[in-house]
Amino acid sequence: MGTIPQEHYEPKEGTTAKWINDRLPIMGMMDHLNKFPTPKNLNWAYVFGGILVLFLVIQIVTGIALAMHYRVGEYSSFASVEQIMRDVNYGWLLRYAHANGASFFFIAVYCHIFRGLYYGSYKAPREILWIIGVLIYVVMMATAFMGYVLPWGQMSFWGAKVITSLFGAIPLVGESLKVWLWGGPFVGEATLNRMFSLHYLLPFVIAGLTVLHIWALHHVGNTNPTGVEVRKQSIETVKKDTVPFAPFYITKDLFAILIFLIAFAFFVYFAPNYLGHPDNYIEANPLATPAHIVPEWYFLPFYAILRAITFDIFWIIPAKLGGVLAMFGAIAILAFAPWLDTSNVRSTTYRPIYRWWFLVLVIDFFVLMWAGGMPAEGIVPLVSLLGTIYWFAHFLIVLPVVGLIEKPLPRPETIEQAFNEKYADKDDADRGPSGTAAAQPAE
Amino acid sequence: MKRIIASVLTAALLASSPALAAGKGYLKDHDFSFDGMFGAYDQGELQRGYQIYEQVCAACHGMKHVPFRTLGDKNGPGFSDAEVKAIAANFEVPDEEGDPGDTRPAKPFDYFPTPLASGNPPDMSLLAKARAGGPLYIYSIMLGYTGEEKEVGGAFLYENKAYGGYFGMAQPIYEEDVEYADGTPETLEQYANDLSAFLMWAAEPKMVERKQAGVWSISFLILFATLVWFTNRKVWAKVKHPEDHA
Repeated sequence: MGTIPQEHYEPKEGTTAKWINDRLPIMGMMDHLNKFPTPKNLNWAYVFGGILVLFLVIQIVTGIALAMHYRVGEYSSFASVEQIMRDVNYGWLLRYAHANGASFFFIAVYCHIFRGLYYGSYKAPREILWIIGVLIYVVMMATAFMGYVLPWGQMSFWGAKVITSLFGAIPLVGESLKVWLWGGPFVGEATLNRMFSLHYLLPFVIAGLTVLHIWALHHVGNTNPTGVEVRKQSIETVKKDTVPFAPFYITKDLFAILIFLIAFAFFVYFAPNYLGHPDNYIEANPLATPAHIVPEWYFLPFYAILRAITFDIFWIIPAKLGGVLAMFGAIAILAFAPWLDTSNVRSTTYRPIYRWWFLVLVIDFFVLMWAGGMPAEGIVPLVSLLGTIYWFAHFLIVLPVVGLIEKPLPRPETIEQAFNEKYADKDDADRGPSGTAAAQPAE
Repeated sequence: MKRIIASVLTAALLASSPALAAGKGYLKDHDFSFDGMFGAYDQGELQRGYQIYEQVCAACHGMKHVPFRTLGDKNGPGFSDAEVKAIAANFEVPDEEGDPGDTRPAKPFDYFPTPLASGNPPDMSLLAKARAGGPLYIYSIMLGYTGEEKEVGGAFLYENKAYGGYFGMAQPIYEEDVEYADGTPETLEQYANDLSAFLMWAAEPKMVERKQAGVWSISFLILFATLVWFTNRKVWAKVKHPEDHA
């Protein structure tokens, strides 16, 4: 199936598995997934993909159950959410799991994206895998935004108004586009209805893109912390660098999932509203603007970029359009990382200069997150602007230039070598200098 | 990399707390009975808090998402069936079988009505979750009046430290305004505590069930994770230390 040689699936003669597989090769596919050769040196930064799949499932399952009780409408949405919280059996659990599930979905996706940037997961031959990932992230943002509108609280309404109004900044067609999106001359019943419709649709688009993402992954294989590719000459060389996905990464990913779920459960059960905004417990009121409209935390870095452009660019792009372009550009630029990075070293571990710039990017992300959550006054607009400039400079200047001037550190020849060295060192430390202590049981 | 992940997680949580942005008001320091992982509602507090709501707040503030029947919840105020019926009958709700405008005494299945009052007083169903600081905000507002007032455009405004400026509502309750049957001191602090607890219950009636479920869920997850940790170690041992498994 992929570019990594893997043992072929051969069902035994006369079995049901063979009968099925001769007609639909699903048994072979399951076998491929189970035995998929996965680099044996993956560290804990590689667990977020599995976590993300689980959270997509959690969101879809809780979402479908919530939709059974939710009544979309200007006068019914808010009240029906309260009925879910009070009268539906475990409705509070469904809603809190769904709302906090979105937050934890984003925590995982940001970890996953930064892991990809650190270990150069976007580099050849994984460009399409990476771009599908960026698309998933964009659809996730759209889905989360629309979901936040559905309870029809104050932040739902005003958030929807602010974000949809952005489209009004597009020259010529902006105003018409905005009215078309709203389904009328203002944000109201029609807007709410279409948000619900799309909020139900988009998760399945994410699921479809996820299938493509995993398909591409299984074709090219995982990256790993060394950035050295699996030796693909033969099944024997592959076996030296990899382990089968099951059971090795089943148990490892499951452990990570459970730890992540403990943090998630802590929020759902003990601080369910901590990541939300109190204003969203006030029913939407088009006549009362909240003092300070803020999106959910996971949008804050890009919200900061949107607000950072407070001046006309080159006298032709008005500030509002500039902000919109900067915000969408800041996300879109991720998709170009494979071509902006000129370094032929995949893993940042072996890039002594770039690793500092990577750290700056992570800090920049949090600085922008902070700036996005603050009222745009005092030092905040300046911080947002500097943060925005760095975000673009990182991709447009740092990635191309550092790759050209940097002298990378020596890398291991093979994954096998890196793996054995790591555990040989540990074994020596465990056993003392003679290396035999552990072999002799305590007396 | 591990350090980066750890800092990513902590920073995400720190950077993402809009609830902390409480504005210029000043919140009091107070421990509620329902604080913390194991904190539960105190039935006495909820019943006294309800008494304050009925005798003071209900004149202006409705609770349109709260049905009377839930006043009998065992993890809530825990009023008896007869008490719930009597409480409901104190309120008038629209009579759907009469002429438009007719009212009838409420029944347990009805919701707390919204009284006609000037100045748009907020509905109290969710008030304890709809303000930064939550129940502590309500508590602080009740104790935050300085006695200063001013007139702006014909309306009186009252200075309140918790609000951090002049507030639309006059001080609603003073010491010994509401008579407690169970001998609890009739101080303003006690009133503020009891009403805040009641409004927290009104906003979050399933809190006790939620925390109980949380203790079980997290205990299970920790146990499961421990087992998986040892399983994972055993699974990997022959790859990491092949010489021990030759």
